[in-house]
Amino acid sequence: MSQQYPALLVVVPLLAALVICGAGWVNKRLCFPIAVAGLGVAAYSCIGLLLRVLDEGVIVYKLGGWDPPMGIAYYVDHLNGLVLVVVSVVALLNLIASKKSVAQEFPDKIGPFYALYVLMVTGLLGIVVTGDAFNLYVLLEIASLTGYGLLAMGEDRAPLAALNYLYMGTIGACFYLLGVGYLYIITGSLNMVDIARILPSLYQSKAVLGAFMICMVGVWLKMAFFPLHAWLPNAYTYASSAASSLIAPLVTKVMIYVMIRLILTVFTPEFAFNILAVSEPIVWLAVIAIVMGAILALGERNLKKMLTYIIIAEVGYMVGGAWLGNRVGMTGAILHIVNDALMTLCLFLVVGNIVHKVKGYAFEDLKGLFRKMPFTMCAFVVGALSIIGVPPTCGFFSKWYLISGAIQAGHYAFMVALLFSSLVNVVLFFRIIEIAFFEPFTDHHAHGHDHQPEPIDEAPLTMLVPLWIVAAALVIVGIYTGDIVNNIIQFAIPEGII
Amino acid sequence: MKIIGLIIAVLTGALLIYGTVDFPEWADPASPASTHLSPHFIEKTMEETSVPNIVTAVLADYRGYDTMFETTVIFAAGVVCFFLLRILKKEGPRQRLYRHALTGMTIRIRDGEKRPSVLDEFERIDTMWTPYDVIIKTVCRLLIPFIQLFALYVIAHGHHSPGGGFQGGVILGASIILLAISQDLRTAIKRMSEKVDAILSPAGVFIYAGTGALCLLLGGNFLDYSALASILHVDPVTARSHGILIVEIGVGVAVMATLIWIYNNVSSAGKYDEGL
Amino acid sequence: MPELISTIVAKYNYWIYITLMMIGLYAMIAKNNLVKKIVGMSIFQTAIILFYVSIGAKRGATIPILEHGHGSSHITHAVDYINPLPHVLMLTAIVVAVATLGVALALAVKVYNQYNTLEEDEILTQMREK
Repeated sequence: MSQQYPALLVVVPLLAALVICGAGWVNKRLCFPIAVAGLGVAAYSCIGLLLRVLDEGVIVYKLGGWDPPMGIAYYVDHLNGLVLVVVSVVALLNLIASKKSVAQEFPDKIGPFYALYVLMVTGLLGIVVTGDAFNLYVLLEIASLTGYGLLAMGEDRAPLAALNYLYMGTIGACFYLLGVGYLYIITGSLNMVDIARILPSLYQSKAVLGAFMICMVGVWLKMAFFPLHAWLPNAYTYASSAASSLIAPLVTKVMIYVMIRLILTVFTPEFAFNILAVSEPIVWLAVIAIVMGAILALGERNLKKMLTYIIIAEVGYMVGGAWLGNRVGMTGAILHIVNDALMTLCLFLVVGNIVHKVKGYAFEDLKGLFRKMPFTMCAFVVGALSIIGVPPTCGFFSKWYLISGAIQAGHYAFMVALLFSSLVNVVLFFRIIEIAFFEPFTDHHAHGHDHQPEPIDEAPLTMLVPLWIVAAALVIVGIYTGDIVNNIIQFAIPEGII
Repeated sequence: MKIIGLIIAVLTGALLIYGTVDFPEWADPASPASTHLSPHFIEKTMEETSVPNIVTAVLADYRGYDTMFETTVIFAAGVVCFFLLRILKKEGPRQRLYRHALTGMTIRIRDGEKRPSVLDEFERIDTMWTPYDVIIKTVCRLLIPFIQLFALYVIAHGHHSPGGGFQGGVILGASIILLAISQDLRTAIKRMSEKVDAILSPAGVFIYAGTGALCLLLGGNFLDYSALASILHVDPVTARSHGILIVEIGVGVAVMATLIWIYNNVSSAGKYDEGL
Repeated sequence: MPELISTIVAKYNYWIYITLMMIGLYAMIAKNNLVKKIVGMSIFQTAIILFYVSIGAKRGATIPILEHGHGSSHITHAVDYINPLPHVLMLTAIVVAVATLGVALALAVKVYNQYNTLEEDEILTQMREK
């Protein structure tokens, strides 16, 4: 069966989503176990696949038994093996953590919610595993459509925010599709490896340049890279906590994976870094993204919205790191995909717990939370330290690689931007910790209580245990960074990049 | 905003047109798109899949994986529309309106008042006057069976002529939507209830993905229909042709049910009353 | 000059589609009404579909359905049939466009139920007043 892991990790969640949709009409309590089983098998296959890749190198899986480039094929190498594990594990943990809040927020629509959730994960896993440029577009649309649906159910302003996301997301996906069309016209192929084989003779063609630019802009729209980020904060803030803690850690990271895949496999680093002279301006854009993300985050008085601006800054980290054009920067960018997915998940799960208990996430709602929800807030501190970049949490190590890459490339502005955003993060998180630790708890949602010292009112265990697993993972991934880099990421980057 | 939009559109357009300069000539038989992959499809499809319609063969076999997700996309859209719009809590209406089918007279029953026991000749409506037209109703009623027959032909004949699961499914869905437009949504829902839509729509995708998974269990790769040869008792090439037919049926079912589902939810804003 | 004309003749279809795309893109960015934006989105997607379909064209070729079906030993030549692949891709893209349109309309209905208007500036004013 291990031969079939690449198929299983997409097919099992897909079948699970279909069964959930039917089971929702029979018995709502069936939905959750089926979803866990589906994503559990997917996570198991992803881990098994990564182990096989470590043993055997690149795995090619031919769908329908057709040889590429006739049919569609999967190419699993170290890069997407790693991202697959991250996506499936993050989705599974969040699924378990958000069980209670889903039951609270969508009491009568549990079936469709879990169906969309699992479909979205299917889409994201499919994007990561596929080796076909057009197939990537189809899966991108699955992940996006389900994402619009999940984000639109939430607070009052959620539908409008989701509709704006839909406009921007569709433009992004269409640009990508158009880029693939340009590539198809001049190469006649849709298979990424095949395109990369044909392209070298066409490097000077204006069509390749057009395809490259339009694909990049499309992907940037989807990942909310700075000037194109306007849709993200509202869409993520007003969504339900289960949906935002799935989408916030994964979607932007998967899109960064797509960008790196386009650079490394489709257009080849030779073209992207040496023939086109665009690295410099893109790194500068990343610098602006980081600085603006940090400044906008400073202006927020609302925890969830503040986190969304931090995501925008983190996107700047990864885009900048990937475009530094050297091995260390690329390592930092790939490592940061892993770390940032975990950090964002940790912080959004904390927000989910707070929303579940306090029913709000503005700064005023956080007063006295350390006494009320000590376990949740401890995990928050771990996540915050990791985002700031304090050793031994994993955030430190990827930032270290990014900064070393910036120094090696001689791009000091990027280094300064990274340090600046770390400083801003210190301010942001210590401001929250101060409010939550020192100010007394004020309960303006339930007035009937006597004024006793606040009782411990922790989130339920099903929410706490996944949260603590993620918080522990932040430290464990930090400690084992060396192994991850030497055994996995090392092989994910082609030899050509020094 | 207008000026920004104009600037963006002009810049993007300029970049795209700049990119077209190096394109091969339009309809050039020697262009890469026509010489790299497509000759294989055109020349080998018949011997590899035994399907004369190359588009069908490429759609459901060579690139069958794309098509599975194409079906999944539309299924996802159906679930999203249901998830966003459907109002499941029943609000008791303050009044109910009924129209006498023969005379066109409308009666109103206020909330709490006793309903007459004989309501057979009346149909429920939602506004004081809902347009209705005997000619439209009758013509549509006559047309719908033929439309559905044609849809089945399109699905079944997709191997030999333009057509296939998606096209046939759309026509099937359109026939029910035509019923909903010409009569009202309640009549259409009586014919095809919400639950049927919601079960058929994943079931169609399940037929597709399940066929693929069956191939996997029979020892082939995912969606490798030639693995079905052992249970269909035919040679692998014919098995591919049969496999294509099975998944096309799945696509047809899924597309039909999902389109009706989307129409029901969007046209009545999730209330499932008389709709448009 | 003759070269210019031959370039135009060889590429003008792509330019028309790109113009259409940009009309759609402009509507999506600049229009104030949410449904007009959806219309722009449809124009954009349809233009891309046209763009792809025109890749498949081949001079002197017919539709890719083999005339000599089962049981004949007729050899097919690639030059006689147009490229089937763009058509396949666009079947998928059409479905995606329909699905996106459905979701967009559902969201627009939800927004309209909430604010009783689809003009974006009026919605923003209502939000500020709250």
